Amino acid sequence: MDYAKKDLISINDLSKSDILYFIDTAKEFKKISLQDIKKVPTMRGKTILNLFFEPSTRTKTSFEIAQKRLSADTINLSISQSSVVKGESLSDTILNLQAMKADAFVIRHYESGAPFFISNITNASVINAGDGINEHPTQCLLDIMTIFEHKKEIKSLKIAIIGDIVHSRVARSDIAGLSKLGAEIYLYGPQTLMPRFINSDNIKIAGSMDNAVKEADVIIMLRVQKERTAFYFIPSIEEYRNYFKLTGEILKLASKDVLILHPGPVNRDVEISGSIINSGKTAIFDQVENGIAIRMACLYILLGGRHS
Amino acid sequence: MNGIIFKNDEVNGIIDGLAAKIIKFKFNLGNLIIVGIKEGGVAASNIIHEKVKHTTGFDCLLGYVDITLYRDDSFEVKKTVKSTELPFNINGKDILLVDDVICSGRTVRAAIEDLICFGRPKSIKLAVLIDRGGREIPICPDFTGKKIKIPNKYDVRVELEGKNKFIEKLLKV
Amino acid sequence: MEKLLIKNGIVVDPFTDTQVKRDIYIENGLIKDVKNETVGAKDINIINADNLFVLPGLIDMHVHLREPGFEYKETIKTGMEAAIAGGFTSICCMPNSNPVNDCKEVNSFIINKAKSFDLCNVFTIGAISRGNEGLNLANIGDLKNSGAVAISDDGMPVEDSSLMARALLYAKTFDMPVISHSEDIKLRGKGVMNEGIISHKLGVNGIPSVAEEIAIFRDIKLAEYFGASLHIAHVSTKGSVELIKMAKNNGINITFETCPHYFSITEESLLSYNTNAKMNPPLRPQEDVNAIKNALREGLFDVIASDHAPHSEDEKNTTLDEAPFGIIGLETSLALTLGLYHEKYLSMIDIANLMSYNPAKILKLQNRGAIINGNAGDITIINPEKKWTYKKENIKSLSKNSPFINKSFKGAVMYAIINGKIFKL
Repeated sequence: MDYAKKDLISINDLSKSDILYFIDTAKEFKKISLQDIKKVPTMRGKTILNLFFEPSTRTKTSFEIAQKRLSADTINLSISQSSVVKGESLSDTILNLQAMKADAFVIRHYESGAPFFISNITNASVINAGDGINEHPTQCLLDIMTIFEHKKEIKSLKIAIIGDIVHSRVARSDIAGLSKLGAEIYLYGPQTLMPRFINSDNIKIAGSMDNAVKEADVIIMLRVQKERTAFYFIPSIEEYRNYFKLTGEILKLASKDVLILHPGPVNRDVEISGSIINSGKTAIFDQVENGIAIRMACLYILLGGRHS
Repeated sequence: MNGIIFKNDEVNGIIDGLAAKIIKFKFNLGNLIIVGIKEGGVAASNIIHEKVKHTTGFDCLLGYVDITLYRDDSFEVKKTVKSTELPFNINGKDILLVDDVICSGRTVRAAIEDLICFGRPKSIKLAVLIDRGGREIPICPDFTGKKIKIPNKYDVRVELEGKNKFIEKLLKV
Repeated sequence: MEKLLIKNGIVVDPFTDTQVKRDIYIENGLIKDVKNETVGAKDINIINADNLFVLPGLIDMHVHLREPGFEYKETIKTGMEAAIAGGFTSICCMPNSNPVNDCKEVNSFIINKAKSFDLCNVFTIGAISRGNEGLNLANIGDLKNSGAVAISDDGMPVEDSSLMARALLYAKTFDMPVISHSEDIKLRGKGVMNEGIISHKLGVNGIPSVAEEIAIFRDIKLAEYFGASLHIAHVSTKGSVELIKMAKNNGINITFETCPHYFSITEESLLSYNTNAKMNPPLRPQEDVNAIKNALREGLFDVIASDHAPHSEDEKNTTLDEAPFGIIGLETSLALTLGLYHEKYLSMIDIANLMSYNPAKILKLQNRGAIINGNAGDITIINPEKKWTYKKENIKSLSKNSPFINKSFKGAVMYAIINGKIFKL
């Protein structure tokens, strides 16, 4: 098995077997985090720049831990410290950093397509850590990995994705990745937050929360952002809570061994009842754990690919 | 020129000799872990483990290390990461690393690094079936089945799994 | 057990598209299929409807009850009384009260207050935007959940196309119809009546007809693009009728409403600066009136509603500029519509469709709008030949702002039967 591309920009760039290869590799990396010494020397001397043009704690920490466990040298640059605010163009910023001999860039950007743009102007590997409302491929991979830990197969699982689909890069990557693996995907949320153009028979918009959750094998709840009350997407957080929250009552409709995922950070009692999380019915912490393994695997595969 | 170096009987003899040396050493078998280095050392370590058990009646612990992530040339070769399988505490144990062939010694170095990530063994000893020479770092096996000189342009391949065991040399590609 | 038999009426039923002489039996507030044995029972009320038309209870889906906030113009109770006097068994009230009906508290207040009077049925229409301000969506889910049947910012257009688009989508989530007051408000400007010869003659600011048409076109396009259901309120111009044709030909899921004044009188009613003829959209020239009438005949409209908009005499007793827009209409709506029956623009079945069946369908009112076994016992009994004069002293509405005062009509409501309860008129 091999993977020749230097970048991970979109989950659509991965074939089904690529996805499985990433997951299999991540399974091995997961064990490293369980060792006494949670570190391998694999990436000694590699310089990885984490460029976060948008605030992030979870993803940034996850990537940084992954890099440190691989013994890479990591530098974090966030927008407020970068020269972008000084009026430098994005391409100049990248070329300058490349001149410092970076081996990889991990990019989180508020604009869709920024990692793609960067991948075209640098020889270094580029990993998309979330771009605008477009994609978050490592989140998709860690979600798939988590599902595989609980379900034998993804093919023909009923997976409900509920919430702000249209602005969610997580949802978009998950939909692409999971449908590639043959899942039946049901989307639900206010129509204002639903995608309007879907071109796959595997993806359906549910008519109601009940329809979406009914007999679901996996439920992925998305974070609703307060900002969505602006621009008329939803009337208020209270209204969202009243009509789009996953409650214990609705959850009874799901399959008996339903797996509940959430990319975090969770708004308790907005998109999901706090009691569901407290009762340990979600795999949110598995997702976080797997996130590190997936990011280690991605770095390993992408940086290795360049030399092969 | 490619060709068989040792045939089945000869290989069996080498293994028996190596096993005898190890048994003769009088390890504290209760504290011993035999660890094969993936992939080549797996079959060798299994056979050694079996022979120790057969001779002494003691079934000591057996594990494997995968050195992929510990190579000093991480990205030069294969990328499929395999598992290190040490499902027990190695602190204070005597480790017997087993590999089929030793050449540069770099694989053993990586294996030692991997082992140390799992704990602090009391001692580490090394057993190899074939020492073909060509050491690049100061590593020396404690137990050697057979020492031969093979030019650097050849790979040495050890086949222990089938009924017909053999060791051959192949020109590097 | 309350039992009522309506005998020998000409029963007009849009559901079965029939108009036949038959009896209707109502028991415990519900219509029941007539069984011979029930007829002749002792404790039964009988209405003899010889030569009268029996229609499913009329529904006025566009009414402004001014409570809460403007009780001096109209209260929930006086509005309901006016509705019954006009032959309506159900009315739907727009949310522009004070506070605006944009939350479950106001919505429940109106519903509960209306229920306490045991008069006609009142259905509420919640706000599209909080406070009808056009800035944030109202809690539409809550409105639906507390009983509202539709949403609208009527009185004000939803100026921001993006808000309108998202209101359509969000309401779709809850299967809530959206009612649009379609108007380009900047183009209306300071206008007080239709822009044309008369406004020129009076020297007042006019409202161009395109202010309505531009907005209707936008709303048709939004509904089409987003695949949402939309109802366009108070259509008044010839140009709008052309847009309706376009929309209907394209099979877009939009319904259209006009009001009796737009097919009954022209802008000339304002000639003496008559503030009781000031409304929005404004009265139009004869050409538009004819276009509306023809469109009704062609079946382009789905609904006739009154846009009953009470304002106190003091408020209207001023200049055209200062007087508020709006006229009352509950008590003249049916009579004006029957005018088109006599002029042969509309059949009795058309009227039942426009004033009962379609409003019930658009607003998804359960068990109303048709004379079917099990439906609510809502019936309006009409004598199309009866002559009467609309006198100010007889007006039930608290406000008297009508351009039709002292007008003589041919055609009147005889009975309103609401959930089996008889109101003789």
